[in-house]
Amino acid sequence: MARLIAVVGAGPAGMAAALAAADAGAEVVLVDAAPRVGGQYHRQPPPGLADQHAGPGFARLEAELAGHPRVRHLAETVVWALEPRPGGHRLHLRTGPADSPHRTARVLDPAALVLATGAHDRALPFPGWDLPGVVTAGAAQALAKGQRVAVGRRVLLAGTGPFLFPVAQSLIEVGAHLVGVLEANRVGATAAGWLARPAALLAGRAKLPELAGYLGLLARHRIAYRTGHAVLAAHGTDRVEAVTTARLTRDWRVVPGSARRIAVDAVCVGFGFTPQLELAVAAGCDLDATGTCVRVDIAQATSTPGVFAAGELTGVGGADLAAAEGRVAGASAARHLGLAVPVPRAALRQVRAGRGFAAALAGAYPVRPGWRSWLTEDTLVCRCEEVSYGALCQAVRQRAALGGRVLRLTSRVGLGPCQGRICGRNAAELAEALLCRADQRPPLTPAASARRPIAAPIRLGELATTPTEPSEHGFASTDPTDRSEA
Amino acid sequence: MAAHPDVVVVGAGVVGAACAEALTAAGLRVTVLDRGAPASGTTAAGEGNVLVSDKEPGPELVLAQHSLRRWRVLLPALREELGPELAEVEWDAKGGLVVATTAAGAGSLTAFAAAQRQAGVRAEQLAPDRVGELEPLLTPGITAAVHYPEDAQLHPVLAATTLLAAVRARGGAVRAGVAALGLRRAAGGAVSAVVTSAGDLPTAAVVNACGPWAGAFATAAGAPITVLPRRGVVLVTGPLPPGTVRHKVYDADYVGAVASGDADLQTSAVVESTRAGTVLVGSSRQRVGFDDTIRVAVLRELARKAVALFPVLADVPVQRAYGGFRPYAPDHLPVIGPDPRVAGLWHVTGHEGAGIGLAAATGQLLAELLTGAEPHVDPTPFRVDRPAVLTGAEVRA
Repeated sequence: MARLIAVVGAGPAGMAAALAAADAGAEVVLVDAAPRVGGQYHRQPPPGLADQHAGPGFARLEAELAGHPRVRHLAETVVWALEPRPGGHRLHLRTGPADSPHRTARVLDPAALVLATGAHDRALPFPGWDLPGVVTAGAAQALAKGQRVAVGRRVLLAGTGPFLFPVAQSLIEVGAHLVGVLEANRVGATAAGWLARPAALLAGRAKLPELAGYLGLLARHRIAYRTGHAVLAAHGTDRVEAVTTARLTRDWRVVPGSARRIAVDAVCVGFGFTPQLELAVAAGCDLDATGTCVRVDIAQATSTPGVFAAGELTGVGGADLAAAEGRVAGASAARHLGLAVPVPRAALRQVRAGRGFAAALAGAYPVRPGWRSWLTEDTLVCRCEEVSYGALCQAVRQRAALGGRVLRLTSRVGLGPCQGRICGRNAAELAEALLCRADQRPPLTPAASARRPIAAPIRLGELATTPTEPSEHGFASTDPTDRSEA
Repeated sequence: MAAHPDVVVVGAGVVGAACAEALTAAGLRVTVLDRGAPASGTTAAGEGNVLVSDKEPGPELVLAQHSLRRWRVLLPALREELGPELAEVEWDAKGGLVVATTAAGAGSLTAFAAAQRQAGVRAEQLAPDRVGELEPLLTPGITAAVHYPEDAQLHPVLAATTLLAAVRARGGAVRAGVAALGLRRAAGGAVSAVVTSAGDLPTAAVVNACGPWAGAFATAAGAPITVLPRRGVVLVTGPLPPGTVRHKVYDADYVGAVASGDADLQTSAVVESTRAGTVLVGSSRQRVGFDDTIRVAVLRELARKAVALFPVLADVPVQRAYGGFRPYAPDHLPVIGPDPRVAGLWHVTGHEGAGIGLAAATGQLLAELLTGAEPHVDPTPFRVDRPAVLTGAEVRA
């Protein structure tokens, strides 16, 4: 289908991209794993629960997408494989609840592709982080926004970066007692990061009232916001009952004598985000110098012709930036199809300003190497396969398992259901730090660690019957209603 | 470094590691180079086959039989030397079960097994209605079955890293991230050094153990050989209850696919579990150069055939898929021996999908040839100066 654009991910970036491309005349398929559009930022409660967060902006977007004659939203749909074909890419989809044995298969050959797959929380391992009741900040927020449920009654929130604030707000709104918010970076270090980029700070000044609002919210609820602090360990038998917190040095080592024990029944941790790279890697897109984000040009084009990327996938910068990138990416994808598209000047300007702010944010709230000193021999690095830090050390030191596939295969780190999405980056950093000599380190290929040809779980029986070619409508489907709709 | 190495092994896959192990056991000073991480290429993409069942009578079967014996001696010796943790390779003498699902397949499997028995392979014909005793969840539509109790499996990356640990323990060096770029030659033409990305490394002997990339290094060394990549893909399921799949179970048409040189995609069902409880589903063979794209059409065929053999697997989630490149010579025999053109250059490659199983005897044979000892296997079929390996290599280069 010559005018078909597939947009993967229906968060702020994907929604904006879908509308921009459809407004320019393209036929758009918007694919997302959730039942409703919105992504993590605009996470929506199921029908029947009050909708407090979305605001008029979101309602308008959702209505516009639903009513657009050229946008088709495939809800509860995963892209489980992306493969190259001559002149483009082929997407393999499954629609239906993840545990359903009757998911519909579809094959899509879009003329252009916008990837807006977002990012997931980064959690750092520490003793006891595998106890029930220890969750990522994003999971706690999703529970609060999506189900209106608090993750616990006495909750501690810890990590780094301004994303902790909206999570705190969500927890307060669902009635959790927040015993504190711990920011691991110290004020001085954070300010130094900001001051290194004064222009970026200026560009992000619109965010300052928002930050002030969050600080006011915490003050009103008498919640301590401590910088230079972190959770060092979680304690409990069947679930978390208490945590040890401590003051940190600038590089996140523990200040001796600063440890304190606090009774809690839930801990939420968030240390920034890791973009979901597998589809971009499958499409052959180059990554940036950090190896954690997709590299794009000012038109949001990746290194692969016809593939555009927007949102946290290209660098974490928040919902406003993601939406602006989405508008640019959608317009660029439409232009790739040969449609006449006006230059999205306002969106391009917002992206430029937002990028500077995002870079400054990353500089101000880095993950510093001292976290590695919080681990003990028996701290689990990989929860799926129960690989301890000691086992990882043994694989690296004794077997010289130097990263990537070899480290995974010798230690089993990252071989479980999450396929390294949670632990891969941490394990790689730990392994690298164990090799004291540079000549022991083979060149790392970051894209290799995000290579997951099976991008979402699929049953062997589903795979055995999956269609491999799209129909003449650009769709191949095991759903008989597809033909008339498409 | 106190002294220059006697031998530089280029390529730290299981074959290079086995050569280095055998050379250090013979008292030589060895340095192993790998442009990436050791055991990260073909070795990391293997299933860990130590098989006699898929080999027809001939030189490769002889090498496989020797290698099976060699692994059984070598692994306990390494356990003595390195301790149980570092010598752990998850050796599993699980046995192979080859089945046919058609009348024609039954006839050829039965004849194949009879010929193997003549060559000393334990190949036990089972009545189709007795197969369920070995594999209760196998499809009932079996027309013939042969049990190969000698077949085994090991963890290929653990095996390679164990061998390399022995090399280091004996004073050898393993250098990761160092690429071999070519050779320096003395006035008489013999090897005097390896040119590497980290400078020249003087030595009188170089072993080309670059697997599917052996042709490229041979060309860079000025002595081209024909070794080509053959793509393979494996599916890995989530963990299953113990006993779901007990042997290495494969369809008899696998033997035909292994022996074929056809460029088109060939798949045959090969199903086995690992110690972690996951089930590996192979196997595919395709000549696509070094294109590492994983194709859904290939995965679909693997899944279809695996579910046909084990219907219970239909509901099992696939957790990942990975691919690799098998190194093969046009006549499908390993290449083990001295280069006829460059004194001091040795080639050890072309083991196709059997490198894990054949590594132990291969390393031993290379060490025997290099030190002038009596070879324990007839090296003639594997020599470098055979037409299939040398013909056309200059053109390709």
